[in-house]
Amino acid sequence: MSNILEVNNVLKKYGDYVALNEVSLTIPKGSIYGLLGPNGAGKTSLIRIINQITLPDSGEIILDGENLKPDDVQYIGYMPEERGLYKSMKVGEQCLYLAQLKGLSKHDAKTQLDYWFDRLEIQGWWNKKIQELSKGMAQKIQFVVTVLHKPKLLILDEPFSGFDPVNANLIKDEIIELNKQGTSVIFSTHRMESVEEMCDHIALIHKSNKLIEGKLTDVKKQFRTNSYEVGILSDNIEGLMYDLSQKFTLSPTNFKSLNDELKLEINLGTATPNELLNTLIQRGQVTHFMEKIPSVNDIFIKTVTE
Amino acid sequence: MSKLLLIIKREFIAKVRNKSFIVMTFLSPLLFVAIGIFVGYLSTMKADLKTIAIHDPTGKFVKEFKNDEEYRYLDLSVLDVKMLKDSILNDSYEGLLVIPNDTNTVSLQKNIQYISNDSPSVMFIEGIEQTIAKKLTAENFQREGLDTLKINQAKADVTIKLNKSSGETALKGLNEIKIGIGGAFGYLIMMFIIIYGNMVMRSVIEEKTSRIIEVIISSVKPFQLMMGKIIGTSLAGISQFLIWAILGMSAMFIISAVFGIQVGATSGAQTQEALRTAQGAMGSDIQMYVKELWNLPIATILISFIIYFIGGYFLYSSFYASIGAAVDNETDSQQFLLPIIMPLILGVYIGFFTVMNDPHGTIATVFSMIPLTSPIVMMMRIPFGVPLWQIVISVLLLFATFFFVVWFASKIYRIGILMYGKKPTWKELYRWLKY
Repeated sequence: MSNILEVNNVLKKYGDYVALNEVSLTIPKGSIYGLLGPNGAGKTSLIRIINQITLPDSGEIILDGENLKPDDVQYIGYMPEERGLYKSMKVGEQCLYLAQLKGLSKHDAKTQLDYWFDRLEIQGWWNKKIQELSKGMAQKIQFVVTVLHKPKLLILDEPFSGFDPVNANLIKDEIIELNKQGTSVIFSTHRMESVEEMCDHIALIHKSNKLIEGKLTDVKKQFRTNSYEVGILSDNIEGLMYDLSQKFTLSPTNFKSLNDELKLEINLGTATPNELLNTLIQRGQVTHFMEKIPSVNDIFIKTVTE
Repeated sequence: MSKLLLIIKREFIAKVRNKSFIVMTFLSPLLFVAIGIFVGYLSTMKADLKTIAIHDPTGKFVKEFKNDEEYRYLDLSVLDVKMLKDSILNDSYEGLLVIPNDTNTVSLQKNIQYISNDSPSVMFIEGIEQTIAKKLTAENFQREGLDTLKINQAKADVTIKLNKSSGETALKGLNEIKIGIGGAFGYLIMMFIIIYGNMVMRSVIEEKTSRIIEVIISSVKPFQLMMGKIIGTSLAGISQFLIWAILGMSAMFIISAVFGIQVGATSGAQTQEALRTAQGAMGSDIQMYVKELWNLPIATILISFIIYFIGGYFLYSSFYASIGAAVDNETDSQQFLLPIIMPLILGVYIGFFTVMNDPHGTIATVFSMIPLTSPIVMMMRIPFGVPLWQIVISVLLLFATFFFVVWFASKIYRIGILMYGKKPTWKELYRWLKY
């Protein structure tokens, strides 16, 4: 089995409003899967269906090769965007309770808790109430509660919101560590830089429909424009510009460098990079030559605004 | 351990550990006793002594007014009426009773005045009227040459004895005792439903506003969570009731022990004597009352109390749970709560007015069958003796309705807990049922 989760033609309506229109997704085992989309696209509806909080009107969900069934909640860890814990309940009791609801025995839950509390260095919080903790501290507890039962599939909705940079990094490392140990992660977020950094697969949902899905590199290839960033030192800039503009589309650009060179973004159209390089080499000294790779942010905005 | 049990346990512990629960459980009986003692103390307190001036030139009536703990009467007939009226204005006296110097009885009884700056109590005025009327009546009798003694002897005094067809002597006032017992249990059911129903509602709202709800229902079914909450809270309620029952019984033992010793120690031969004469007249009555009380269907009352409490509480707390799920905060819940509290209040009114007059009449019987009022009305009817088949039908109806309502409630609950923002309308709630 290579897929941890398959979503097949899932349709969900609220009254007349279609929240998910025949959406299908494939989440490979061991991947960190970025689920992207603007607000109200249907991400939360989909996540709730995967968590069996709501049922789809039609379509099927397959978890690890089998149809999703009520008992499967123990294999899924879910951190909703709107975080929440019992405010007046003690941290330790609360974690034990939530772990047991996920199907852990009290003893196992205790062992796991000790491990995580040690790991995140929060041993002293056991007898504190949530309302005595800061927002960031409560978020840590929320994370522990989500991963306590060693889920096969971790679903994180905006996992870094509410964390300061230090703790966000800490949680990011924990997610990557869990992923290395074999946990598949679905990751719903608006923070494109963390998608860029962590995800190997992405899907984009917009207005209840899936628009893009695939390996991050494949998606990027699909969106490449055959544009290159070029830096060149030349004595005859006018001549160079004339030559280039005959064959390619030019636009000014900027990147960091130590030289005072001419900086251009050049769209090759149907030409190959070597043809561009040939032209450049004849006219001066090339200091910078790099394919302009579309960022997830670009892809997101391009797809959504189209 | 099954998830439902886990939820029940958490809800129970959360309720019982709550400070307000502990305070309620142990302080409210104390408060109850304290209020009782306070009221008792107030009623034994002497009212301020009031001085009433009487201007009675005939001199016939003044002697009839006897000083007591509350009123002192002053014969000021020798003084001028006008001057007396002025001194009333100066607050020297509470009031001034002016009886005209008139030999004609008819015009006299119409021209008696009471002057006061305060409005006198009805009892006080009636007392004065009776005193004067009695004196005048006696005078009238004398004038007409009637023998007062013979008239008194001729007066008839009728007391009807109540009997049942079985030949037992029925007792007056027993109905009041029965309605008292039934009323207490019915009222208790209403109080528990409102207090613990509200607790269920608040607990649902708390989970909703703290947003933990989504974490929990990704582990358990909303129905399990709702039922766990209802059952856990009811167990807290039953524990509270048991604690009260135990406290009450221990208090009874202590009081009767202390009281028993006191009677023996402080009462002299005088009280003993009084008791003995009283017993001569009333002994048989008291015994009969006790016997009648033991004849009440005590076991039926207690068992039905538990059954009706559970049924009624479950039924209503399903409503409360779905309301809690539908709203975002307690203030929004008022609109939905009114229709729930109405039948409860209706039940209590029917209990106290209809059942007391006619415990087995059509209205009482019908409302003791309707599930929304049956826990209260039937509890009030049971001390009067209700056929078993009626109880069975009423209980079956109650539990059937509960299963029906809980099904609806869970649908609203399931949708409502994930809805934030605006307060839903009745129409929207209806639409949720169809999702």
